[in-house]
Formats: sequence, structure tokens, C-alpha cells
Amino acid sequence: MTKDILYNYTMHLADNALILAQRNSEWCGHGPVLEQDIAITNISLDLIGQARSLYQYAAELINAPSPSIGGGRGEATEDSLAYLRDVRQYKNCLLVEQPNGDWAQTILRQFFFSTYQYLLYQQLQKSTDDTLAAIAEKSLKEVTYHVRWSSEWVVRLGDGTPESHGRLENALEELWMYTGELFAPATYEAEAVTAGFGVEVSALKAAWEQKVNEIFGEATLPDAAAGGREGIYMQTGGKEGVHSEQLGYILAELQYMQRAYPGAEW
Amino acid sequence: MNTVTNISVQKIWSILGEVCDPEVPVLSVIDLGIIREVKVTTANEAALVEVVITPTYSGCPAMDVIRMNIRMELLQHDYKNVQITTVLSPAWTTDWMTEAGKEKLKAYGIAPPNIKQQVCNTHLFAEDEAVQCPHCNSYNTRRISEFGSTACKSLHQCNDCQEPFDYFKCH
Repeated sequence: MTKDILYNYTMHLADNALILAQRNSEWCGHGPVLEQDIAITNISLDLIGQARSLYQYAAELINAPSPSIGGGRGEATEDSLAYLRDVRQYKNCLLVEQPNGDWAQTILRQFFFSTYQYLLYQQLQKSTDDTLAAIAEKSLKEVTYHVRWSSEWVVRLGDGTPESHGRLENALEELWMYTGELFAPATYEAEAVTAGFGVEVSALKAAWEQKVNEIFGEATLPDAAAGGREGIYMQTGGKEGVHSEQLGYILAELQYMQRAYPGAEW
Repeated sequence: MNTVTNISVQKIWSILGEVCDPEVPVLSVIDLGIIREVKVTTANEAALVEVVITPTYSGCPAMDVIRMNIRMELLQHDYKNVQITTVLSPAWTTDWMTEAGKEKLKAYGIAPPNIKQQVCNTHLFAEDEAVQCPHCNSYNTRRISEFGSTACKSLHQCNDCQEPFDYFKCH
């Protein structure tokens, strides 16, 4: 039972990292300037690395004898978990699957998520599960760099020109409704807290909002939850496998090669 | 045949000194500080060489190649029974790079990490201290991009000799 919770929890963390990495990688060759094209794809690379560590661990869990997790494809690997699951089996939050939009929307999505991941991994590195703790400790150093880079871009755009400020405000309108899910625990997250190895995400909310508002202040933006966004309905479901229409398109591109040519390698 | 008693851990370390980082080929995996431990044990009555490695960054694409190169190099020295284990904690830091490695980097045109370990924080617009140009030794340099040609580097330019250069960023 605990192993099922651990598997689901690990897959949730892995899917978050993989889907955001895939989204960011769409910028490859299309960045506003070369340096930032390299920056956003390097962040993708860090996230793919984190996802790999997590999928490898999840595959270990699924391959060990346990009747309830299932799988049905024989030996699970990091690749089979990434390439051979369908939309409803993905446990990423809705925020990371949202479209890139313009540079402001990509930046704000990264800033919201990196700030969340930073707080999450700070706690997770103290997890009672040694593997999750080690992955969190390793990832935290990379995420710290992402928080700084994306924060600077929020400031640069918000405190830049009327055009860039307006674009960031539009991005905020688009993305704010997906931030609530980060702090609303899915069933397996609540169970993971009870089992002792998970992080209580609802407890991260105050620190997250404080960091967001601190950067928004620098960026001459109003408080994140102000300006008509108070009490707005927050979209949820991604963590339980109920996704927006976006994820299907992402997986179609991500999984195309393995679906068309099963087992293909290069 | 290699047995536990005649395999020298020291000898394994010296062989590993011949394995290079495919992306920064002047550095050996030891210079890079990614070899954490070498152990010689017995598994099924045969000697087993275990090499414990840690990645610089989670997504470093060189790690798979490095694992294979370690195996190949040891095989060439007739060590067939080899296990390569990856650990993530404690996380790699530029501080683990050897002094010899730092000198090789500089000679290769890449600025080595600062002697004083640079730790990344979330302070806005913070930059690493005293990044020295590997070409003319000037400290009058500026950062062009927080990210560079590989996950472990950022891109800088010298204000004196105008040369751009890679730098092993804070980690």
C-alpha cells in the first residue's frame, strides 16, 4: 500500500518536470535572442534530468513484486513510463501543460513553478524516503538557479516597457487560475504526508505567495491575488489525471516516435 | 585472474584518471570530482570493482557516455566485473574539482570556478565574484548569459581583451 502511494507520488513529481521540460523545449530555435533560447532549453535539460531520476526510481518500484500497482507492460523503464502512458495516467499539475504563449507567459509559468518547486524540494530533501530526499537535494541546486533567472525576467518585463508590462499582465490573467492546484493536495499527496515521506503542499502556499508578491513588487505589478483575482475559481484535476485539452497534443509530439516505431533507439 | 586481494584500489583510481569528460576533454573524471568512491568486493566468488559516480547536473547528457567510457577503460585493463553506481547525495559542487583540473581548464580557455566556492542563491541580479578571463587574466569581465554551451557553464566576456569565454558557474 505504501509502495503504491510512493509510486504515485514519485510519478507526479516526474510528470511535472517532464511536461514543463517538453513545453520549454518548444522554444528551441525560436527564443527571442540566442542567449535566452539557450537558457530556456538548458532549464528543460535540468528538468528532464530530474524527471529521469524520478522515473528510474518509479520503474524500480513498479518492477519490484507488488500486485496492486499494475503496469502490464513487463519490465518498466524510465522510457516506458514517459513514452507509453496516456493522458489520464499523467499526474502533472495543469500549470505546466499550459501553452507557451508569448515570452512573458513562458517566463511567468516558469517563475510560478520554479518558486513552488524550490519550496517543495527544500522540504522533500528531508523526506524519510532516502531516494526522494537525494533527488530533491540534487535538484534544489538547479531549481535555485531557475528561480533567480525567471525572477529576473519577471522584473525585467514588468518594470520594462508598457508593452512588456502589458504582456506580463496578460500572462497573469491566463495562468493565475492554475496556481491553486499546486497547493491543493491530491489523494496520494495527502497519503504521502501521512506515510511520512511526502511534503504537505498546502503549507507551502504562504511562502510562495510572499515570494511571488516580493518579485511582483519589484516588477511594478500589483499583488498576485489582487486586481479582480481574489477568490477566483482555481482549476484542478491534473494531478488526478483530469487534464486540460493541452496535454494530449503534448504527448502526441512527445510520444510520436515510440508509438510509430516501438522500441526505436538512436 | 583478478581477485580481491590483488586488485589495488589505487590502481583503479589511476586508470580512472585516463577517462575524460567527453564535453570538456581536457578534464578527467577525477579532475571533475565526479568519482566519489572505488570499492573492491567479492560477488559470487569473483572480484567486483564498484565505481561510485555523481552527476554534475541531473540532466548532464555526458553521464551515459562517461559510464560507458569508465567500463571500457577498465575492460581494457582486464577488469571485466565492474559495477557503476550513481549517487545524488551529497550533490556535486564545483568545489570538488581538483586544482590540477582547474589549471587544465584555464589552459583550455574555460574559466575555472572561483577558489572561493560560489553558491547560487535567489538574490536578484546576483553574479559570481571575480570571474577571471582565462585568456588575459583580467578580472574586468561581464556575464553575457547565465546559461552556456553545457549545463555546468555560463557565458562571459572580457572587457579588456574582448574575448568571450565559458565559465564553470556557481553550483
